[in-house]
Amino acid sequence: MTLNLVLSEDQEMLRDAARNFCQKHTPIKQLRQLRDSRDATGFDRESWRQMVELGWTGMAIPEAYGGYEFGYGGLGVVLQETGRTLTCSPLIASVLLAATAINKMGNESQKAELLPKLVSGELLATLALDETPFHRPTQIATTAVLDNGRYRLNGHKTFVLDAHVADLLIVIARTSGNDIETPGVSAFLVDANTKGVTITRTSMVDSRNCGNVQLDNVVLSADSVLGEPGQAFPLLDQVLDIGRIGLAAEMLGSIEEAFKHTVEYLNQRQQFGVLIGSFQGLQHRAAVMYSEIELCKSAVVAALAALDDPKQTATQIAMLASLAKAKLSDVFFLVSNEAIQMHGGIGMTDEFDIGFFIKRARVAQQMLGDATFHRDRFATLQGF
Amino acid sequence: MSSLQIFRDNTRAWLEENCPASMRTPMVQEEIVWGGRHATFKNPDSKIWLERMAERGWTCPTWPQEYGGGGLSKDEAIILQQELQRIDARPALTSFGISMLGPVLLEYGTHEQKARYIPPIVRGEIRWCQGYSEPGSGSDLASLSTKAELQGDHYIINGSKVWTSYADKADWIFCLVRTDFEVPKHSGISFILFDMETEGVSTKPISLISGASPFCETFFDDVKVPAENLIGQVNDGWTIAKRLLQHERTMISSFGLSKGQSDRGGTTSSMATVEGAAKAYRGDTGTLSDPVLRDQIAQFNIDSEAFALTSQRSVQESKHGQGPNATSSMLKYYGCELNKRRYELLLQSIGSQSLGWEGDGFANEELLVTREWLRSKANSIEGGTLEVQLNIIAKRVLGLPDMLSMANKTRS
Ligand SMILES: Cc1cc2nc3c(=O)[nH]c(=O)nc-3n(C[C@H](O)[C@H](O)[C@H](O)COP(=O)(O)OP(=O)(O)OC[C@H]3O[C@@H](n4cnc5c(N)ncnc54)[C@H](O)[C@@H]3O)c2cc1C
Repeated sequence: MTLNLVLSEDQEMLRDAARNFCQKHTPIKQLRQLRDSRDATGFDRESWRQMVELGWTGMAIPEAYGGYEFGYGGLGVVLQETGRTLTCSPLIASVLLAATAINKMGNESQKAELLPKLVSGELLATLALDETPFHRPTQIATTAVLDNGRYRLNGHKTFVLDAHVADLLIVIARTSGNDIETPGVSAFLVDANTKGVTITRTSMVDSRNCGNVQLDNVVLSADSVLGEPGQAFPLLDQVLDIGRIGLAAEMLGSIEEAFKHTVEYLNQRQQFGVLIGSFQGLQHRAAVMYSEIELCKSAVVAALAALDDPKQTATQIAMLASLAKAKLSDVFFLVSNEAIQMHGGIGMTDEFDIGFFIKRARVAQQMLGDATFHRDRFATLQGF
Repeated sequence: MSSLQIFRDNTRAWLEENCPASMRTPMVQEEIVWGGRHATFKNPDSKIWLERMAERGWTCPTWPQEYGGGGLSKDEAIILQQELQRIDARPALTSFGISMLGPVLLEYGTHEQKARYIPPIVRGEIRWCQGYSEPGSGSDLASLSTKAELQGDHYIINGSKVWTSYADKADWIFCLVRTDFEVPKHSGISFILFDMETEGVSTKPISLISGASPFCETFFDDVKVPAENLIGQVNDGWTIAKRLLQHERTMISSFGLSKGQSDRGGTTSSMATVEGAAKAYRGDTGTLSDPVLRDQIAQFNIDSEAFALTSQRSVQESKHGQGPNATSSMLKYYGCELNKRRYELLLQSIGSQSLGWEGDGFANEELLVTREWLRSKANSIEGGTLEVQLNIIAKRVLGLPDMLSMANKTRS
């Protein structure tokens, strides 16, 4: 069964609109300003309101819950454009990850209550999963102990996107089993203001928003469990795969933009009386990057198409997710390094934008699993 | 006992007695001694250590005693280095005067120039910066256009430099200027020295992606420099400029040595090696549990060792006083690639703790890794880019033809 690897007309229109919006309203300059002013929110609320208006928050949410059912292909197209300008917004945390988790794992009343609020932007949510500096979704040490019909949570979460502005945390914790088993892992809906929840904003190298979450005897009612207790897996894995594919789409936009700037510079900077782009030592490397980026585009478009194709199995999607995240991580690494090198001294200056891309690259590479993690997973999925 | 053995014994005894205890601990960034008129010593032992070493000329061990140097033979200098390493002694003085300017002054300067400029370098009294690159002249350095006009017994200098490291902290600059605009570009360049406090010199710091601002734009507006400050022959500065670059490249290549690692400063034991960091962040005690990372680190350590051996071999092979040659480009290329690899591996080793910028949630040494990782990206740009080094290797070492007939045009 072949996947559709070209954008539909609707998707193309969406892409063009998103591109216009980002260039106009959320250029890299905005990220720079947020960084330099040490903005307390870390993203621009007005831009976010406009994104909501454009329908970006409801792309992949069913109409029954206030969404637009435009599919992940649509959301992916938008993320690719926000990636181009390194746009700072809660799209990944609140929409791609949290709304997806609620949509996939939640019961009817949870979905009916929360999804419309996430689509309208009035509620910001995030996923609190990682516990160590490494993405190991099955190794959960945070505990949730059932006691008199209430859960008591203890643990520490790190690398939680937009934690400092989130109203709602989806906390992954263990209700039973040992640290490395998937049975016993549960997902909880935790109001960020609950007693015992301490959120520390962390200042990241890419100037995007993250935080650490400390859970000390956080008491939750039994209906805070998202889905079935102890059975967050395998659905959580599917949620993460959607996150990985969406993130790969965002990375693709950033890669394309960094590459575009670099090729432009090769066509502009003169040394030895000629354009530096005339040196074969640089030409060949640019041509290699072009080829790698072509593969990235295919990986992303295929993975997004698979998400919208009901005939694709979870395993097929998982393979495409790991393929895309591994490939895009490697190519972002390559392109961000080459971009600096080919710009020479000016590439090292903060005044010039290219540095933002290498900073974003390393964060995106590690987020939701680095290339090594996904190659290992891919091999396992392929049965070797 | 051989005379070298006697030298070793005496050196060891002297170091035991004279190297302060705090100078035998890993260097920390803020305590690196750059010297200069405005030098400050955060740790008073640094000052004592500098004075003691400078008095023997051991900040510049092989330079002639006549000019304040140590006057050691190559073999003695190697022994001194080994003995310093044995006690983990910090470098008493780090400076562009030692690594770049001094060697070419000794080769091309007059007796008067050496007597004037060398001793303050040895003693760390004058801090130098390098005025080579210009906005339009980076890899094509010889196209530089900062102009020096002779008027009576002075040169009047106008133009600007860029990426001048520590120009705002330096006392003097060694500078490439154009003294003849009519001849082919390599034939109209001169090498001149002047005080950064001279009227008409100004600097403007530039921020790096790592957040620090170590380098500057440097402007010259009718700067009046005595003609006697010109080194070598007028219009023959390119020869000196290239020679200095070989010394610079050899110095930069040492970033690739594991010793460069312990000089990084501010790191505790877990970050001192990549494998140490990888194990600490995974809670491993024996074997590193991540087999992929283990393989990558082993590959890095093997290359790093082989590179260290190559650096040593190149020192041993070079005849005394001959200094570096075109192999400096190979060392520069390889050393810088190794240093960049080291930091990428460190990022992988400590995971998302390597992604912080400042403040809560990260240890200082983690934040230092992030910043130094960003700074390491400049290694293959500063001192001539990696592409320029590869061009030199292809052309000068391998004798390959130059397709664009650019012979002599690159920074070779
Ligand atoms: C941290 C830092 C500190 C520095 N400190 C100093 C200092 O103290 N004093 C000083 O004078 N300078 C200093 N420099 C400047 C440095 O020497 C130059 O940046 C370097 O020589 C490159 O020049 P450029 O930046 O103009 O790049 P360009 O020459 O414009 O190069 C751009 C790209 O084109 C490539 N390229 C150019 N020519 C060729 C070719 N023939 N074949 C293939 N590729 C080619 C380059 O390799 C590079 O990738 C410093 C630079 C940095 C980053």
